Amino acid sequence: MSATSSTIVNLPDQRTARLPKRNYLNNENGLLSWLLTGDHKRIAIMYLISITFFFFIGGAFAGLIRLELLTPQPDLVASDTYNKFFSMHGIIMVFLFLVPSVPATLGNFLMPLMIGAKDLAFPKVNLLSWYLYWIGGLFTLAALVLGGVDTGWTFTTPLSTHYLNTHVVTAALGIFIIGFSSIFTGLNFIVTIHRMRAPGMTWFRLPLFVWSNYAASLLMVLGTPVLAITLVLVALERTVGIGVFDPTKGGDPLLFQHLFWFYSHPAVYIMILPGMGVISEVISTFSRKRVFGYTAVAFSSVAIALFGFFVWAHHMFIMGVSNYSALVFSLLTMLVAVPSAIKIFNWAFTLQKGSITFETPMLYAFGFMGLFTIGGMTGVFLGALGMDIHLTETYFIVAHFHFVMVGGMLMAFLSGVHFWWPKMTGRMYPESLSKLAAVTTFIGFNLTFLPQFILGYLGMPRRYHAYPPEFQVLNVLSTAGATVLGIGYMLPMLYLGWSLKYGAIAGNNPWQATGLEWQIQSPPLTENFIEVPVVDHEAYDYEWLAHKTEQEVTTVG
Amino acid sequence: MHISPVLWQFLVKWLNASALFPREASTIAPYADALYFFLLFVTIVGLILVGSLIFGFAIRYRKEKHPVATQVEGSTLLEATWTIIPLALFLICFVWGALLYFRIYNPPTNSMNIYVVGKQWMWKAEHEGGQHEINALHVPVGRPVQLTMISQDVFHSFSVPDFRIKREVIPGRYSTVWFQATTPGSYHIFCTQYCGTNHSQMIGQVTAMTPEDYQKWLQSSTSGMSLAQNGERLFASMGCNACHTGVAGNRAPNLAGLYGSKVELSDGSQVLVNDAYLRDSILNPSQQIAAGYAPIMPTFQGQISEDGLIDLVEYIKQLDTNYRIQQMHVTSQTDETTPAAVKP
Repeated sequence: MSATSSTIVNLPDQRTARLPKRNYLNNENGLLSWLLTGDHKRIAIMYLISITFFFFIGGAFAGLIRLELLTPQPDLVASDTYNKFFSMHGIIMVFLFLVPSVPATLGNFLMPLMIGAKDLAFPKVNLLSWYLYWIGGLFTLAALVLGGVDTGWTFTTPLSTHYLNTHVVTAALGIFIIGFSSIFTGLNFIVTIHRMRAPGMTWFRLPLFVWSNYAASLLMVLGTPVLAITLVLVALERTVGIGVFDPTKGGDPLLFQHLFWFYSHPAVYIMILPGMGVISEVISTFSRKRVFGYTAVAFSSVAIALFGFFVWAHHMFIMGVSNYSALVFSLLTMLVAVPSAIKIFNWAFTLQKGSITFETPMLYAFGFMGLFTIGGMTGVFLGALGMDIHLTETYFIVAHFHFVMVGGMLMAFLSGVHFWWPKMTGRMYPESLSKLAAVTTFIGFNLTFLPQFILGYLGMPRRYHAYPPEFQVLNVLSTAGATVLGIGYMLPMLYLGWSLKYGAIAGNNPWQATGLEWQIQSPPLTENFIEVPVVDHEAYDYEWLAHKTEQEVTTVG
Repeated sequence: MHISPVLWQFLVKWLNASALFPREASTIAPYADALYFFLLFVTIVGLILVGSLIFGFAIRYRKEKHPVATQVEGSTLLEATWTIIPLALFLICFVWGALLYFRIYNPPTNSMNIYVVGKQWMWKAEHEGGQHEINALHVPVGRPVQLTMISQDVFHSFSVPDFRIKREVIPGRYSTVWFQATTPGSYHIFCTQYCGTNHSQMIGQVTAMTPEDYQKWLQSSTSGMSLAQNGERLFASMGCNACHTGVAGNRAPNLAGLYGSKVELSDGSQVLVNDAYLRDSILNPSQQIAAGYAPIMPTFQGQISEDGLIDLVEYIKQLDTNYRIQQMHVTSQTDETTPAAVKP
């Protein structure tokens, strides 16, 4: 793959290129050197493998759900089994894939590299968070293997506490433990960003990826304990009947909804903010241009995190909250949509007067912008009080959050994985095959979830095993789309694995990107930097990069 | 390519039977749809804008055409533009949505009331005249109908998409929703809150009928006893009449004419007597003690079903004189001498 005018890929001469003799991957060998490592890069790789494993389990459940919904009759599996499918799909995808996806993999790998640090502030806590993730994951798998859980990922009381006799406590305990893994990651990021920036790396020279992960970390640290408390209360109510949520004992069933959504709405921003950080990096790199309105993008992340905490009751508009709180929460929901709009327009204007190329990460980023716009705007439908009455608890809301979480976050995640793949492994992924995967994913995604908006307005409720026959055509389209989408997700798995051995040698900076992580060897050394970098330029300073490259050429020549 | 005529016919029928937009069968539906189309319009315009910015810039500034990027800091004017315009649009959506919300959830004063009890996994409707229905609801067109709903077990949600209404049905708490059907016909009722194994079988039909047909239906399906009459029987058999005699100076407050009035409580606050207050006062009497009375009433938690509570509430609602209670009192006193006749 040589550099042509239509691409910025700048690979070393493949005949002479070698992977760096010493790097974090071959520094130590053996399984124990991985399982006991404190290296943030190795932990990131272990996280990447783990979340990919859980993604495909969660994805298999999604496939089974779509297969069942191919026909209006409940004919593939029994109702209880179907309920377990969507519960496991939700629990695995939310807690074991989406929440840790970008922060624990790309964030773990890149955060110290981007700010010029040797590692995260607490390497052992970082490793502990990975173990906690797996302990929680094993509890979830145990709940699955022992017969599943059918509460839905929302654990609604009193259904979860009094009426179901599946493995609710096991699954809740799993999520409780995973919660600590996410708190530790957040804590580690916050301390690292505050205390370990390289000399000259001021707050406003930080890459936007760091800003958005910082905002997400705040949410993780402040929000997750509330989820933990809620799950403990559910477990206590179920086992000893303390009666916090049970109306016959003077409890309040709505209290559960308040507590649960107090975490789970901010959790949506935990999931999307790091993805937004990826998009900022990718769009800037492939248009060779500073991110338009750097401060606006940085502060919009913080604004989203801040407002994100005060919109939870918009999940409860039809549950009989008072009119005043409905009004306040609807208004705040409208306000939280503004920073997202700001980001979209800033990304779009980053393209203006750039010098744009269309490598795979950029295609995924474009996909993200389109799908996230739809996801965000349909959120406004749901935030508008009167409209929410008709749309909530239907397939409209299913389509909405899949546009944000899958169309948004998963696109951003794949964009980031392709973008930093050369840095993580030292090798390039195959470009044309990955472009095909990006386009397949985009088409499959739209075919899967656009019909669900129509189904939602027709009134098809979510979590239905069977449905009236007039909804079949749209469901068939959706299932067909899911098949295409499944292929789109299998492809990267295959060719990225292939590239580990056969991919072209990437060199330090194949994209000619400006971040500190691109100025060192790929894959990096265990200690990241040979000498502490001194930062004397802003983020996305392509003139500095051009100047630096020129100097290197003169020095070498 | 040759398609067999049988398959072709099947496909045509299948596609024709499929739905793309719900019917507008209530007075609220056109209002909801108006906001929906406005939001759809804003979304499509926004999407076209973002799409044309991306594609426009991507084509115009691609590397072949524009090999060297021009670095730009940003622009406060543009930032302000795309802060203020979306904000203004979202605020319009907020106000419009709020107006629609209050239109959907504030019932007209002249609406007729039907009780709905949700339980795993069925809807039970109870009309004032004592007609009971399972997974069905008969209503007249052209008349506002309010549903007073409660769940006997878990959260359910009562949804009629063709009316564009939905409300959570909560254990231990009445919630209400109202609609006015405009077109006679049959419409889906869905439970939209996941409620366990047979969640997707918790469905039913609303049948909207002309007022004449509705009258005929009412007469043909009565059980003989109205809700209030059932309530009166319960009132006597649970022994309520022992204290709530309506005689001044008795141990318990007078119930006749109570509904809709304001009661002063022992802590000095005032409370409006509505369905929820009556229900709570039966189940948790010590929570709200009427001023001047001792907290001596026992709780009836667990002794009476939601249907029974509805009967009692409906009975007290319609009670305007204590004459029959005092009659009951006399009867039950005589009954005490003959224990065999206590069970009604």
